[in-house]
Parts: sequence; structure tokens; C-alpha cells
Amino acid sequence: MGRVAYWIKGFGLFWYHFIIGDDWLLAASVVAGLIVTAVLRAARVDAWWVVPLLAIVMVGVSLRRTSRRVA
Amino acid sequence: MSSSITFVFITTFLASTVEAIEMVTIVVGVGATRGWRSTLIGALSGFAVLVAIVAVAGAALNAIPIGTLRLVVGTLLLIFGLQWFRKGVMRVAARGFAGVRELEEHGERWEGPGMDWTAWLLAFKGVVLEGLEVAFIVVTFGATAHHLGWAVIGGVSAVVITGAVGFGIHHSVTRIPRTVLQVIVGVMLTTFGTFWSLEGLGIEWPAGDGAILGLLSLYLLTALAYITLERRRLLGLNPGV
Repeated sequence: MGRVAYWIKGFGLFWYHFIIGDDWLLAASVVAGLIVTAVLRAARVDAWWVVPLLAIVMVGVSLRRTSRRVA
Repeated sequence: MSSSITFVFITTFLASTVEAIEMVTIVVGVGATRGWRSTLIGALSGFAVLVAIVAVAGAALNAIPIGTLRLVVGTLLLIFGLQWFRKGVMRVAARGFAGVRELEEHGERWEGPGMDWTAWLLAFKGVVLEGLEVAFIVVTFGATAHHLGWAVIGGVSAVVITGAVGFGIHHSVTRIPRTVLQVIVGVMLTTFGTFWSLEGLGIEWPAGDGAILGLLSLYLLTALAYITLERRRLLGLNPGV
């Protein structure tokens, strides 16, 4: 049982590090951007710009968070 | 060769080349950054799955929900691309244009005994998604024009020729400093991830496939701006950023 739990934990950690990486904020902002885009599209708003804009802003925010952590 | 056959061949060849370039770009970029062994195994695994799907589904390929596939693969590429984008900016800002020797010591290259599953999965996803799109193009054009054989020749030629060009330039790509390569690959994955995920949501891009070039330019300029700001911060010129 312990071996299975260890394997499942390792499997879960691999996918977390693979998908989420060092900063969960980037992954969360991508999901949030896609949800906002889907909502705007449903409201017939041309929303192709939301995700690129959010991606650019959030990389800057993530860089700032990292530099503060290091400092 | 009749004009309709020529039209089907040229159309499927050109349309498939666009998809094949995206496929080869991802494979060459990941291979040059993470190492070739796992990347090539991932790409070959992708081709094996692709061949199995095409053999089983055949002309029924149009039934596969490509929109959902684009959304899932695009979202994963976007998240992964942004991580590389950010790490690449920090490394170029900190080390400048580091050479290959420096990269081998500190880079992302996999040096473990087993498989580098990150490289494997990225290459696999790129080949399966883009390969499926080539298959859709071939089936759609070929079946509609009743020249499926010529459409298959057009699609396969595009993948083979683009793959050969990619293989031909991979040594040149490896010579690019790893820190810079990480920014470039991060920007490319972010670009394709943005494009596919939004296409998967049903968003129509202002310039169609031409939006890829627009996104690429936008993200490259952003990377350069962030590198400049990070460098200034590291040098103590702009501590607030």
C-alpha cells in the first residue's frame, strides 16, 4: 500500500511540475484567460486579445515575484 | 496530370507544409534545448500513434473533435511555453548570451540515465496534433475533390520535405546559445499555445494563420523588453522592477 501511495504521489508530482512548474500563477492566469475569453465569446465580444495580453502581463508579474523571492 | 489533380496536390502540399513547419519547429526546438534522444523517441511515438489513428479511422477522421484537441494541447503548450519564456528571460538577463559549454553545465539538457519525459511529451503532442491536422487536410481536400491518392501524396511529401529541412538545420540550431534558445522556444511554444487554445474555443483570429507571425513578433518584443528590464534590475539601475 505504501509503495502504491509513493508511486501515485510521484506520478502526481511529475504532472504538477510538468504542467504548473515553478510559478502556479502563470498556469492559473492561462486558465482564467481562457474562461474570460469563452465568456466574452458567448456574449459575442471579439476577445482574441485577452489571452495574449494576460500572458504578457503575467510573465512580468511572475518575474517580479521571482526577483522579490530571490531578494 | 489534369488541372483538378494539380490543384488537389498543390493545395494539400502547401496547407500540409504550414502544419508540418509547426510540427518540425517544436521538435527541433525541444531537441536542441533538452536533448535529441527523448525528443526523437517522442516524435516517433507520435508518428506511430498517428499512423494507427489514420489506419483505424481512415476517412472517418473528420469525426474527431479537433476543436477540443486544439484547446487541450494549446492550453498545455501555452502554460509550458510561458514557464520557458520566463526562465529564458531570467537566464539571458543574468548571463547574457551564454555559450554552449556554459549551457551544458547549467542548462535544461537532460543528463539522466532514463527518458526525459518532458521532451518526449512535447515532441509527441506536437507530432500528433499537427499530424492529425495534416491528415484532416488530406482527407477533406482529397475526398471532396475525389482524388484522395494525390492528396495523400501531397500531404506526405510536405511532411517528408519539411522534416528533411528541419533535420538539415538542427546542427545550426544547436549552435545557438542555450539561454537564447530557451527564450526562442518559450516564445514559439507560447505563440502556438495561444493560437491553438483560442482556435479550440472557436475564436477567429483577425488574420487567420497569419496571426501566428503577429503573436510571434509580439512575444519576441515582450521578451526583449523584459530582458532589458531584468538586466537593469540586476545591475541595480531599476531596482523597483
